[in-house]
Amino acid sequence: MTAELLIEQFLNGLQFGFMLFLMSAGLTLIFGVMGLINLAHGSLYMIGAFSAAATFAFFNSFWLSLLASFSCAAIVGIVVEKTIIRKLYNRDHLDQVLVTFALILFFSELVRWIFGAFPLYLDVPELLNGSIEVFSGIYYSKYRLFIIFVGLIIAVFLFFLIGKTNLGIQIRAGQHDREMISALGVDISKLYTLLFGIGAALAGLAGALIGTIQSVEVGMGEPILILAFVIIVIGGIGSIKGAFIASLLVGLVDTLGRFLIPWVLQTVTNPSDAMSVGSAIGSMLIYILMAIILILKPTGLYGKQLS
Amino acid sequence: MISEKNISYISLISIFLIAIFSEYFNEPYLITLLSRIIIFSIAAIGLNLVLGFGNLISFGHAAFFGLGGYVSGILAIHAFNSELLISWPFLFNGSNNSLIIWLFSIFFCSLLALLVGVFSLRTSGVYFIMITLAFAQMLYYFAISWPSYGGEDGFSIYVRSTLFGINTMKGINFFFICFFWLLIILFITSKIVNSPFGLALRATRFNLTRVRSVGINPFRIQLIAFVLSGAITGIAGSLYVDLNRFVSPSLLSWQMSGEFIVFILIGGLGRIYGPLIGAAFFVAFEQFFGSYTEHWQIFLGIIIISTVLFAKGGIIGFMLKYQKK
Repeated sequence: MTAELLIEQFLNGLQFGFMLFLMSAGLTLIFGVMGLINLAHGSLYMIGAFSAAATFAFFNSFWLSLLASFSCAAIVGIVVEKTIIRKLYNRDHLDQVLVTFALILFFSELVRWIFGAFPLYLDVPELLNGSIEVFSGIYYSKYRLFIIFVGLIIAVFLFFLIGKTNLGIQIRAGQHDREMISALGVDISKLYTLLFGIGAALAGLAGALIGTIQSVEVGMGEPILILAFVIIVIGGIGSIKGAFIASLLVGLVDTLGRFLIPWVLQTVTNPSDAMSVGSAIGSMLIYILMAIILILKPTGLYGKQLS
Repeated sequence: MISEKNISYISLISIFLIAIFSEYFNEPYLITLLSRIIIFSIAAIGLNLVLGFGNLISFGHAAFFGLGGYVSGILAIHAFNSELLISWPFLFNGSNNSLIIWLFSIFFCSLLALLVGVFSLRTSGVYFIMITLAFAQMLYYFAISWPSYGGEDGFSIYVRSTLFGINTMKGINFFFICFFWLLIILFITSKIVNSPFGLALRATRFNLTRVRSVGINPFRIQLIAFVLSGAITGIAGSLYVDLNRFVSPSLLSWQMSGEFIVFILIGGLGRIYGPLIGAAFFVAFEQFFGSYTEHWQIFLGIIIISTVLFAKGGIIGFMLKYQKK
């Protein structure tokens, strides 16, 4: 193993972490403010990716498809919020899990109906093609750097939005006391719709960005949705800061774990065993991480203590 | 007179009669469907014990279903190939005897439920949902990346396990075994739910402080219920693998956990027979709409959403309400 490889894997983990942050930021805000478990967040991710792929097929422009990804996801998100999700805010967790589970079935099957079962592909634009020298002698994919950059911008934007703006004050107030802020004259249902739209847009954008590296297919949203849930639970539900730190943690642990564990095991057992056992343990690593953190801190790293 | 009891008896008797008629008119596919309904309902009855009566929303019961399935699959395939499964402390070749397979399934699923329960019951609410999901995902990814037993593809077990020399490969005989299990499980759960233990369990969903103040340790009650629940769902997994003669990681997938919750919801939450009605409806729905369009899950999604939003109480609840009018 060389240092270059390790640095590359580290950057991959970072890139993955930033994408997970786009997913988990929306999820944690929606849960923190509206108290809603939204399993359908992965569907919005998928919808973003598919609208990007469709736009790309028509106009052959990466930038246009990026625009389409978050706007379509936001529109679908707002429509779903106004028609269905809105009725769930006062329901218990079980109802929320069920309805949003049903939304996954609905959207997955609908997208399969429209686009078929075959994966679609998005091309990286000319500008971001190839790799670039990041340190002396170490090259890294321009596109993945671009993803890290986008993730960073959105993180800064979200921290600014939550910390410094009027809307952010309302969001934070909403996390503490919903009745009080509506009594103070904030139109809570508009705030909810807006917040759900923002979450949906971020998920859709993540879908298009990841869809370009991997493929765009039905069911792409669920694995990443579960990771996003692991993240918000580790970070503490409702905390953007927690989501950010946990995203990077999970991104790095997952990527480096899958890479390093087989390599470490090679020193004690034969390579093929090390590979299979290592990858099995590597894929379980983040769930083990989550279990340990929950045992030590049952409400996550930055979560409010249960009363 | 429509009462919960009557609905339950009618559904049990009709399933039994449909199976007999299907055998008489030589419709083996229908018998397989009925066995599937029964197996799914056993799994959901297990989940209903903690979800319906203890309000513990486990989103990871596929872990027990899948473990039960893998345990019986592994025992069966070793027996079939006469391969050594363990060599210490004694030689063991796996087994093709149903009783031994069930015993092992129950043992390992209870053990897993104990482990998962001890950790997850420390949390509550959404954290509980997520940590149970995480445990199931852990097993799922382990099954996918562990190459010895088929990895992502799973493996076939060729023949069903044998019980007292009954020819289990004959559909109707296997159906009787499943039906017998269903009766046992229904009997046990109704006894549990109405026992002092069941009352304590039902009390934990309302007010933990009160439960503690009358001298009951809610953690212990919930843990015992969780272990029982895991064992019951594990038996269903065992039967399911025997039915299909195929083991795959999809048994452990989170969609499976979601479907168990859906069975309970459609039938009626917190009712002993709810999962049976729900599973029957689900399988019938799948068959009916699946024959028209491969995109039947769109309609399933719509049905679930409308049930939750407009028809709380599921099918049994709906029928009872209709009766009152």
